Amino acid sequence: MKSIYFDNAATTRLDENVLKEMMPYLTENYGNASSIYKLGRESRKAVDEARARIAAAINAKPEEIYFTAGGSEADNMAIRGIAYAYAKKGRHIITSQIEHPAVLETCRQLEKEKFEVSYIGVDENGILKLDELKAAIREDTTLITVMFANNEIGTIQPIEEIAKIAHEHGIYFHTDAVQAIGSIRIDVDAMGIDALSMSGHKFYGPKGIGALYLKSGIRVQKLINGGHQERNKRAGTENVPGIVGMGKAIEMAYENFDEHVEHMRTLRNHYIEEVQKRIPYIRVNGDLERRLPGNANISFRFIEGEGMLLRLDLAGICASSGSACTSGSLDPSHVLLAIGLPHEIAHGSLRIQIGKYNTLEEVDYLVDNLEKIVKGLRDMSPLYDTFIKEGNK
Amino acid sequence: MEAYSEKVIEHYSNPRNVGEIVDASGVGEVGNPVCGDIMRIYLKIENDVITDVKFKTFGCGAAIASSSISTELIKGKTIDEALKITNKQVVEELGGLPPVKLHCSVLAEEAIRSAIADYYRKEGKLTEDEIKAKCGDTASHCEDCHH
Repeated sequence: MKSIYFDNAATTRLDENVLKEMMPYLTENYGNASSIYKLGRESRKAVDEARARIAAAINAKPEEIYFTAGGSEADNMAIRGIAYAYAKKGRHIITSQIEHPAVLETCRQLEKEKFEVSYIGVDENGILKLDELKAAIREDTTLITVMFANNEIGTIQPIEEIAKIAHEHGIYFHTDAVQAIGSIRIDVDAMGIDALSMSGHKFYGPKGIGALYLKSGIRVQKLINGGHQERNKRAGTENVPGIVGMGKAIEMAYENFDEHVEHMRTLRNHYIEEVQKRIPYIRVNGDLERRLPGNANISFRFIEGEGMLLRLDLAGICASSGSACTSGSLDPSHVLLAIGLPHEIAHGSLRIQIGKYNTLEEVDYLVDNLEKIVKGLRDMSPLYDTFIKEGNK
Repeated sequence: MEAYSEKVIEHYSNPRNVGEIVDASGVGEVGNPVCGDIMRIYLKIENDVITDVKFKTFGCGAAIASSSISTELIKGKTIDEALKITNKQVVEELGGLPPVKLHCSVLAEEAIRSAIADYYRKEGKLTEDEIKAKCGDTASHCEDCHH
């Protein structure tokens, strides 16, 4: 059975044109970019070109882009790198409660190393509470790190305002933009972003490659020690095919940016409208306006997310849930709890992320199946049974 | 997370004995919505034999499969035989469960015991202490989930 893929927030399918551009660097152009002979120089040139493409996409300078092994490493490099480099100035960092684990766990690690971290709350739509942020700022705060757009509920943060608040207090501002790149136009200069993380496989590039934008003049302590690659900020032989692929992928994302966004938004809105029309007792989570164009996160009351995912899988559909059972822990998504959802409603959430390869027919197929699956699971749910018997109170 | 066994997949795809028994001899409900698992088991008992069993479950694939297989295990059995069923047996019958899902099998065992305890209470022949001695502590152990 063909997979019908609605989990583009988890990863995306590698674009064939990206693969085509990568292929020579996986085969005949295998040179180490640090070698001085022609084979090496060709790799160096390809790395430089990719760096320039990425820099151009976010209005940065090429020398401000550092390649990493992915989004998580970029987050570590920025947060730990800045925290350690400026530890003499202060040991306090501010972040939000709804960050990706790559940021949250990095902050928790810093807490074990005698740094202090403030975790700022969000409103019921997932937007950062700016007054809480301002109140948390201290003399010894060195970094504010807040994600650009949330991976579960798609909420887009007031990045420029956060950057402005940070800079008024001489604090650096980092943003995890892993979900935003390719869906939102980003200008690091105009937006006042000091550091930004991205990941190649979220925009039809390869896995295992990411990048950190770090504004000129900001120091980071080197985390991966070894050679002098990446301007002596990140050791390791360059992942040339990955870098080339990421460069091509970002260029392609910008070639028809507006059409792509419109495509995602149209299909996503169609999905939400159809679900609202056909399935009762649901809740759309996250902000409806300030939201990633492809993201929809809906809680289906009285049922549990994993049961939904498993039955969708039987129909060939790939999606994601914030239920405990899918998180590997026993608590539902920290993001859904942070926006104030009760546990039982958080358990019944379903996230889909529309991508460029999705079609309207696929969305209709999804809703058709979902309607049946939700009904089937509710028919066997004691919560639904009680709800109906007690007269829909 | 570890993958589910074929038996688990088969049971959550086609769960047996879903529904309710209107004139049930005993009903047991365990778990709570905060944890994400609730199991409710309905028993029809005649002459100490479980002649019919139905369930309703709110929960993940493992919870649905554990409920489904438990109903198969106790149908046609005497009460004493049903009380001997352990969560370990539920796991074995399912061809294993991922470690984070083992609590679902515990819930299934508790749901059976709780439904039988309810039957005894309705019947009114045994004292509360005697019921406890037979069925064990049937209070929910949901807090155990949150380590």
